[in-house]
Amino acid sequence: MAKFGKKKKGLPAVNTAALPDIVFMLLFFFMVTTTMRETDLRIENPRLPSATEIKKLEDKSLVSTIYVGKSKDPNRDGVGYNKIQLNDKIASADQVPAFIFSKRDKLAEAMHPFMTTSIKADKESNVGTMTDIRLKLRDVNALKISYSTQKGSGN
Amino acid sequence: MARRENPEINAGSMADIAFLLLIFFLVTTTMNVDSGISKKLSEKPPPDYVPPIIKEKNIFEVNINRNNELLVEGDRMEIKELKEAAKKFIDNGGGIGKPGEDGTPGKQCDYCQGERSDTSSDHPNKAIISVQSDRGTEYGTYIQVQNELLRAYTELRNRLSKQRYGMSFDELEEAFKDAKKSADLKDRVEELRKKVEDIKIAYPQIISDAEPTS
Repeated sequence: MAKFGKKKKGLPAVNTAALPDIVFMLLFFFMVTTTMRETDLRIENPRLPSATEIKKLEDKSLVSTIYVGKSKDPNRDGVGYNKIQLNDKIASADQVPAFIFSKRDKLAEAMHPFMTTSIKADKESNVGTMTDIRLKLRDVNALKISYSTQKGSGN
Repeated sequence: MARRENPEINAGSMADIAFLLLIFFLVTTTMNVDSGISKKLSEKPPPDYVPPIIKEKNIFEVNINRNNELLVEGDRMEIKELKEAAKKFIDNGGGIGKPGEDGTPGKQCDYCQGERSDTSSDHPNKAIISVQSDRGTEYGTYIQVQNELLRAYTELRNRLSKQRYGMSFDELEEAFKDAKKSADLKDRVEELRKKVEDIKIAYPQIISDAEPTS
């Protein structure tokens, strides 16, 4: 009887053997869903304007992104919120057609009309820059554009 | 001699390592879905293009100056009033609409609830909103204006869609998207497409960007 009578006092330790499994599962989930930013931002992360009437961009592979904002390195690129970044360089609006063509080369001809240009511009950049980009896009028939915005509240 | 057993590897710190990696990926993950105001640019006009003559009353002129102030149809306005003004203009329905592509004559707007005034737009499909901004206008303001104008259209479309089909236009589009995706709703796709098109034709979004002043 003495064998059974000896009850241990205190709480038994929680078995944490499965903890690594759970954590690994989470880890894999995030590893799979992570998309590393493929371009280094040369401009400061643009503060996007907010809007309510927004549409999601459906297919990432059909989207080419143009950034507009303030340069991280004002000594080299100058100040102001109107720097245009294409791929990973600061460029001018004149280089937009070349940028679009290089994106088009990667896709089948039939997909070209569905390509969208997403403009990620800072709130404080100027409409003039946008117009320059827009005119260049129109020249090369890249007509679908999307002004990237945050989802905002009603007002 | 001491008994030799295969020593077990201590896996206690595995969780720590996994956590470290997990936290790294948590931090670097950007889950944001790209979204924004989508627009379709007009095609480049041929060199000998003569712009059609549009009646003054069918144009709703929005000017944004370089101090981000709004001038709507010649009067100063706050951005929050813009939506109502645009709705009033689009929904006026004072005359007959554009003739159809198959040659049917233009009809009066029978779903408009506006004032039907002679000095405002004839029909939603004739009503043009022209946004003119300065080169120095802030992009944020420009987007706000575009957003307000789009909201005006959305509200009108929602209203009409509720009237005709008992659900808002957003819901209608959502249903259409769902139907396109799933196989067992195939027969509804056409029906929904027609409804969506119908509303879009009733209130087409005609927002044009004029060359900015410098």
